[in-house]
Amino acid sequence: MPTRIKVEGGHMMPVEDPFTWVADDQDLVQGDLILSLARFQQEGDRLLSEGRAVGVRLKSDEEVEALAYDLPRIAVVALEFPKFRDGRAYSNARILRERYDYAGEVRAVGDVLREQAHFMLRCGFDAFEPADGSGAQQWQAATQRFRHVYQRAADHRVPAFEEREA
Amino acid sequence: MYRYDTIDKAFVADRAAEFREQVNRRLAGEITEDQFKPIRLLNGLYLQLHAYMLRIAIPYGTLTSKKLRKLAWIAKTYDQGYGHFTTRTNLQLHWIKLADAPDILAHLAEVEMHSMQTSGNTIRNVTADPYAGATADELDDPRVWAEAIRQWSTLHPEFSFLPRKFKIAVTAAAKDRAATRVYDIGLAMRRGRGGELGFEVMVGGGLGRTPYLGATIREFLPTRHLLSYLEAIVRVYNRHGRRDNIWKARIKVLVASLGAEEFARQVEAEWAKSEHERADLPDVELARIRAQFTPQFDKRPARSEALEAAKAADPAFARFLRHNVHPHKAPGYAIVDVSLKTPGQTPGDISSEQMEVVADLAERYSQDELRVNYQQNLLLPHVKLDDVPAVHAALAAAGLATPNMNLISDIIACPGLDYCALANARAIPVAQHIAERFADPERAELIGELKIRISGCINACGHHHVGHVGILGVDKKGEEFYQVTLGGSGENDAALGQMLGPALPADKVAPAIEQMVDVYLRERREGERFLDTFRRTGVAPFKEAVYADAH
Repeated sequence: MPTRIKVEGGHMMPVEDPFTWVADDQDLVQGDLILSLARFQQEGDRLLSEGRAVGVRLKSDEEVEALAYDLPRIAVVALEFPKFRDGRAYSNARILRERYDYAGEVRAVGDVLREQAHFMLRCGFDAFEPADGSGAQQWQAATQRFRHVYQRAADHRVPAFEEREA
Repeated sequence: MYRYDTIDKAFVADRAAEFREQVNRRLAGEITEDQFKPIRLLNGLYLQLHAYMLRIAIPYGTLTSKKLRKLAWIAKTYDQGYGHFTTRTNLQLHWIKLADAPDILAHLAEVEMHSMQTSGNTIRNVTADPYAGATADELDDPRVWAEAIRQWSTLHPEFSFLPRKFKIAVTAAAKDRAATRVYDIGLAMRRGRGGELGFEVMVGGGLGRTPYLGATIREFLPTRHLLSYLEAIVRVYNRHGRRDNIWKARIKVLVASLGAEEFARQVEAEWAKSEHERADLPDVELARIRAQFTPQFDKRPARSEALEAAKAADPAFARFLRHNVHPHKAPGYAIVDVSLKTPGQTPGDISSEQMEVVADLAERYSQDELRVNYQQNLLLPHVKLDDVPAVHAALAAAGLATPNMNLISDIIACPGLDYCALANARAIPVAQHIAERFADPERAELIGELKIRISGCINACGHHHVGHVGILGVDKKGEEFYQVTLGGSGENDAALGQMLGPALPADKVAPAIEQMVDVYLRERREGERFLDTFRRTGVAPFKEAVYADAH
């Protein structure tokens, strides 16, 4: 099984990935699956009724609003970064966490680099498939670089303006 | 003047430490230049024609003597002993070595400075009215809000990879000295019917290859909701701004393609769905910031005998007073401009020695404060009238007292082909030729207000679209040519300039300015500035004068 980095108990851990990403032109396999939005809309019901866990992978130009109704039964939302410069998935992640209170896994896939770790974690991502060969230790270090943050986001960090009030 | 607390200090120190580690990885060959590029760009470090350029953020253009002395020292120690102030009130050092960059950031952090978000597709360094806290025509000190924006936008987790760069300007005065109509977001403070303060929110202004003036999407936003509303605007842009074409990726293109009304509707819908108090600052934090922008002024007579005596005795000082000294809200004080536009010099350049002089003057005479404005000049915001003669003398001795503010030789120019990898043509020598031609201060005064803006390429860093005379460098088969536009303005009467005619070769630009000035002097009516005359007569007489030889 391929590995990914997952936030567990506040720490970045290397964990095995029980999910298989099945692209639209591939045949379904056994076990837990991650599908495109279009395929999930067609085949999701059936797969869920078989007792499988199902995740959905959104392209950066697809919006989480399209998933809102289905969120309670989706185990993973994988958000794609076609290039690290494409920052649309950060908005998707925050809306998932802050507007829809989504409690499942939000996974970063695609051009995922350790330089983005701080931003991703803050926007509510809790699982990562790095494309730069970086490991859990480096991700852990990257998210601990800043002792303070200035904004409230989808994580539980206390923003500077609240620290000052305390 | 906002002072960093332990949180702000820790933040810039952490940032400097992070960058040191990243540079070490690059120097050790662990990452390639391609991989390093986005990292350095998040810290304002560009690779230019000859060397690395470091762009240092000067939030809302406000500096202290300690900060300016540190910049002087850095320029002397790590660069060639001078720096360049930009139209976004940043300071650029053009001859930096990569290996020195981490040390420079560490030195900057010591004086509460950094280079974060001076490049890249992020919310850039925020700018504000340079007269903030000193002018009588403001409702509030706009820097309170600019500082709130600085903190909110710093490493914003959702908005660090926008479709394109994003710039915000704030003013709280009736007269727009912050060019808010040509910003991605321009905020102009207004007073509501019930007396409360709010912002007129303008979105989608910008220069570059497709210039637009910003559209007002909200007439009145209560100030306390500023950050949640900004978050809604930038979220709509982050999600819907174009990412397929770098030339169409700025928010102005999104606003223009949706129409301002539809864009406003989307922002309002997003804002309605968000929990405002998650982003908006609590009153106690706003009060904490505001308390740091409360200069104290002595009770002083409105008239200074010392100043009047100097004015009567010295015509050069009298001229300096007419052009470089402006009314202050407190009786007996003045705002004093420091000209970085000595004819023959590069607009916006300042040597380390000159920085030291200005730092000393700020400390001694201006409550330890100075400002950078987008015209690439400095100013001392709080000078007692009695002290103006001494300040003038010290500035004059350092070559910083050219009495040309808003006159023909007060030219804005980008670095152009002399430094910039994007430029098509040089900008600095064109500015120098024009300024030298009009170096006679009496003649410049006779011509009056005339704002020349020069950009070395279509990216318009020199604001040519909004110059009374705009000059744009273009490349024609390897030769530098210059397109001239007339009638632009970036102020309350904001407008984009109109094309004069075919582009001119480099050696014809300064003569063309001269010919157009002659037309203006011939045509002008009582009290008209160059811009007013042009707007009355249209382009015809100017065009005729410049292209007469060609027929």
